[in-house]
Amino acid sequence: MARISQIEGNFQFRERSQWWSVTMLSVCVHFPGLTESVIAAACSRVGQSVLHLDRRNYYAGNWASFTFNGLLSWIEQYKQEVPITELEQVWRSLIDEGEDAVPLSALDSSISNLEVFCYARLHEVSEPKEDQHTSDISEPSQSQEEKESQLSSSPADPTVEVQKKITYQKLVKEGRRFNIDLVSKLMYSRGALVDLLIKSNVSRYAEFKNIGRILTYRNGKVEQVPCSRADVFASKQLTVVEKRMLMKFLTFCLDFEQHPEEYQDYTEKPFREFLKNKKLTENLQHFILHSIAMVTQHTLTEEGLKATQHFLRCLGRYGNTPFLFPLYGLGEIPQCFCRMCAVFGGIYCLRHSVECLVVDKVSNKVKAVIDTRGQRISCSHFVVEDSYIRDEQRQSTAYRQISRAVLITDRSVLPSESDQQISMVTIPPLESSAPAVRMVELCSSSMTCMPGTYLVHLTCSSSGKAQEDLAPVISQLFHVSTIPGEEPSEVLWVMYFNMRDTSALDSSSYSLPSNVHVCTGPDDSLCSDYSIKLAESVFHHILPDEEFCPPAPNPEDIIYDGDGPQAKGPGFDESTNTECLESSQE
Amino acid sequence: MHGRVKIKSTAQQEEEKRKEKEKKLKAFVSARDAVLKKRSAGEHDEEALQLTRQLLSSNPDFATLWNYRREVLLHLETLREKDEVQKLYESELHFIEACLKVNPKSYGCWHHRTWVNTRLPQPDWTRELGLCDRCLSLDERNFHCWDYRRVVVKASGVSVEQELQFTDRLIGSNFSNYSSWHYRSTLLPQLHPQPAPDSAPNTSPSPTTSPQFHSHRVCEEQLLKEYELSHNAFFTDPNDQSAWFYYRWLLGRAEREEMISCVYVSREGERVSVAFSKPVHAQSEGLMLVLDGQPQQVEWRSTHPRLRHSPVWLCDLPPGSISDMSNEHNLTIHWTEKHTHRDCALYTGCAESWCRDSATNLELFRSELSVEKSSVLQAELQSCNQLLELEPQNKWCLLTIILLMRALDPLGHEKETLAHFQTLKEVDPMRSTYYSDLCSKFLIENTILKMEYAEVRVFSLSNKNLTTLCHLDQLLFVTHINLSSNQLLRLPPHFAMLQCLEVLEADDNAIENLEGLYHLPKLEEVSLRNNQICKLSDLESLASCTKLTRLDLRGNPVHRTAHIESELSQLLPRVTALSL
Repeated sequence: MARISQIEGNFQFRERSQWWSVTMLSVCVHFPGLTESVIAAACSRVGQSVLHLDRRNYYAGNWASFTFNGLLSWIEQYKQEVPITELEQVWRSLIDEGEDAVPLSALDSSISNLEVFCYARLHEVSEPKEDQHTSDISEPSQSQEEKESQLSSSPADPTVEVQKKITYQKLVKEGRRFNIDLVSKLMYSRGALVDLLIKSNVSRYAEFKNIGRILTYRNGKVEQVPCSRADVFASKQLTVVEKRMLMKFLTFCLDFEQHPEEYQDYTEKPFREFLKNKKLTENLQHFILHSIAMVTQHTLTEEGLKATQHFLRCLGRYGNTPFLFPLYGLGEIPQCFCRMCAVFGGIYCLRHSVECLVVDKVSNKVKAVIDTRGQRISCSHFVVEDSYIRDEQRQSTAYRQISRAVLITDRSVLPSESDQQISMVTIPPLESSAPAVRMVELCSSSMTCMPGTYLVHLTCSSSGKAQEDLAPVISQLFHVSTIPGEEPSEVLWVMYFNMRDTSALDSSSYSLPSNVHVCTGPDDSLCSDYSIKLAESVFHHILPDEEFCPPAPNPEDIIYDGDGPQAKGPGFDESTNTECLESSQE
Repeated sequence: MHGRVKIKSTAQQEEEKRKEKEKKLKAFVSARDAVLKKRSAGEHDEEALQLTRQLLSSNPDFATLWNYRREVLLHLETLREKDEVQKLYESELHFIEACLKVNPKSYGCWHHRTWVNTRLPQPDWTRELGLCDRCLSLDERNFHCWDYRRVVVKASGVSVEQELQFTDRLIGSNFSNYSSWHYRSTLLPQLHPQPAPDSAPNTSPSPTTSPQFHSHRVCEEQLLKEYELSHNAFFTDPNDQSAWFYYRWLLGRAEREEMISCVYVSREGERVSVAFSKPVHAQSEGLMLVLDGQPQQVEWRSTHPRLRHSPVWLCDLPPGSISDMSNEHNLTIHWTEKHTHRDCALYTGCAESWCRDSATNLELFRSELSVEKSSVLQAELQSCNQLLELEPQNKWCLLTIILLMRALDPLGHEKETLAHFQTLKEVDPMRSTYYSDLCSKFLIENTILKMEYAEVRVFSLSNKNLTTLCHLDQLLFVTHINLSSNQLLRLPPHFAMLQCLEVLEADDNAIENLEGLYHLPKLEEVSLRNNQICKLSDLESLASCTKLTRLDLRGNPVHRTAHIESELSQLLPRVTALSL
């Protein structure tokens, strides 16, 4: 790691002294979400000069993770966000003849319907004083609902409070222990993201934890899904005959293509019917449909079989479930790619964004961008996140929405021997019209929440506002006090929001020059494969002849300018560091 | 190209690696030579420890170095205080741990670790147990670690309950780990022993009594739980053999008691035959024959010189001792070593006499699985049949069902058993010969049972696809045997146990070897039509059967031998009716 930080030092230096002299860039990447970070890393890796701009003061955009306090300020920002005054006059003057300007949107509207509720007491109730309670509630300026809930909590009977509950004050105090992701996804152990991390050697920048168990909500209670061989063996809820049926079906799914006779009559019919036809018992059907294949009632048989197969192929690579989760949150992943991009010379600028694109009228290609400080920077490709595109450049505005809820609880949804497991919970639609909800419960050893708490992410594709979609599920799964403070609540804090899902859009959805590459934001699926595949296709569009993320060399195999191989040894001393800096000055 | 990271070429890397290797090898060889020199000079000092340490940490399998290290440590031990000895050996343990990381299956390392713990003034067994758990979590089948763990468990007195929980955990994480199942089978009888049969509740079992018939059995309550555990495993994965083997162990019973199962005495030839419950070497077993109260000096011999261990032994009584039909005799065979004996009375007017336990009474052929109450076995058969319905081609299930059926009612289930054998041969052709042999065994057992029920001395098993002969010790009294139309290749040495055999029919087989037709004192007639007897020498053993007069060899390749008739009449002069 020592090496990395020195090379980063190197790049900061360049930022200071060389930045303004950069006139010709290969790729300019704007708003680094996962897709953009991967593209930037891939371009930088094969020697392209990359400038990475973000108007925010944190990495990874909607893929970011925040400390609790960071999240509170993000919530504040969301409410206050106003368009920065346009610098139109400034950049107008930088446009030459034969060029057109395409302004970018300054307002990010991808997050909506943000609501926050707090169920934790504000302070430890040692000596209950009515007036103290009421005076406290104005402290965290949360949404209106939260205030109401707190208000109603003030006449609480303190004798009910027996066990020591975590207070809001405590959450704020320990806020740095939280890493709260805006996007909740898991990594399939043989998915595109894991493959890429391994192939590119980017995996060395992060650590991972296995998802310990897969749960589902069935008949009003949460139960464990037996998905691996060991699970099926140990399961107490299945009869031995069910065990055999389940294992037999799963074994069939592993190479279902070899036995087309088994399912060919069902290719046009839903997977659900195929399961019924296989004479699987009701709970087996539930497990397979909702928790293993994780498909809907309407998914066709072949797709369901493929999903089951993918799940099974991912089992056993790193553990008894198919999933991994990065320690410190999913937001680590874009940062890892940013790091690799920087190691290979990519330049990063936060709180700095592009005002408009300069388009050559003849070729209809972007030749430069103009930033918020009125600088004109030449570039041959421009990669941008969808939210920066103004409506004028859109052919279609058919968005979907993702409903999200983030909970901090003090008790696992299914307590077990180990309190340090990450659980994935599948919740089938509560009503036929409602969406299926995916829930991930993170424990404190995943480095995303403070000890004694769980960080719970709920995700579904929206049918309405996030709160409307998810609150009924939360009330089914958790004990949420109707009158906060009246009785101890498992849920300490809840945030709801909707995030725009632009994954259905493609290049034909925009009227933009061909060297502008629009990346859509996070989709609503469980894994990141969509974003990775998109990154790869954009990369090949930009650099058709280059390899996508070849393995990064080991530090000891890198030859520095002028020198032979670096002296080996534990860490680098001062002289090596300066050498490094000098060489980059040349 | 600007901005592109320059990387060493593979050739450069290879070259560097090669040089590195060369350097390492040179250092290793010179250090090794230095160590061996020191050892032959008898130097036992710190430097020796240091040098062996360097070498062993790169190659922990160098046994000589571990030996040298032990010599040095033993020497240093004499020079130091107790506290320092503790420290010395503790650092040794740390060092071994590092070596185990290099090779977790190094014999030298594990052996040395065991040794160090015996030298350590205050061994920390908890830590050792933790080490074993860590190693087994990395490789659950590391038998070195399993062995070492047994040493640790024994030395530290870990309770059997805890160990059983340990196997629960291992089996839970991977039930294909036979090491854990097997370990379980050694723990359960200690933890849940089966109450001793026939023991009155008042008599306290004395700890000195030698392990009894059922000593490694498990009490029924626990057994039912274990059956359930195995069901879970083989219903989850019926192709995994670990659970099936464990299940067979659960259903099985201990080895049969060692006893004299039969004594046969014949006035003709004044010969005694003794059958044992398992093959023994009679000459060294301290057998004593008492005739009418007088111990006799007799020469024990097995029925065939090739059988050093045999279930049947013969001896000749002194001439004239029982030849007079008008005398009554009482014969006792004592097996002094096993504190057992068997009597046999030879009454006036009888040419022969025997005393034995019948196969039916002893339930001999249910021996593999039969201790359980039949209700339990019946329930297990049902479970297996349920699995077979789902997995009609599963060989483990089929085989277990066959065994259960045999344990319950071998004759009643004969038809189903044969059908299952047929399926087995089809689904597992690689082992079809094994299944054929097993099927032959069961058919022979059934025929023996039927013969005993009918109280006859005729054994007929023709046209049953027999591939092998067994249980021949049970056929000691048979006078007529019909083995025609099977697939037998030979009459094995054991065949010589059929001491009463008079007529043998074995037409239409593929017999090429007649070794077992050896010194059969009553054999008169042999029919071997359509077999594969090729050479005259194959018939030589027949010469020892002195009563043989009729021999049918039609349809054997041997008839093509030149001068066969004259050769045969020379070899077997007493044969009067020879068909070629």
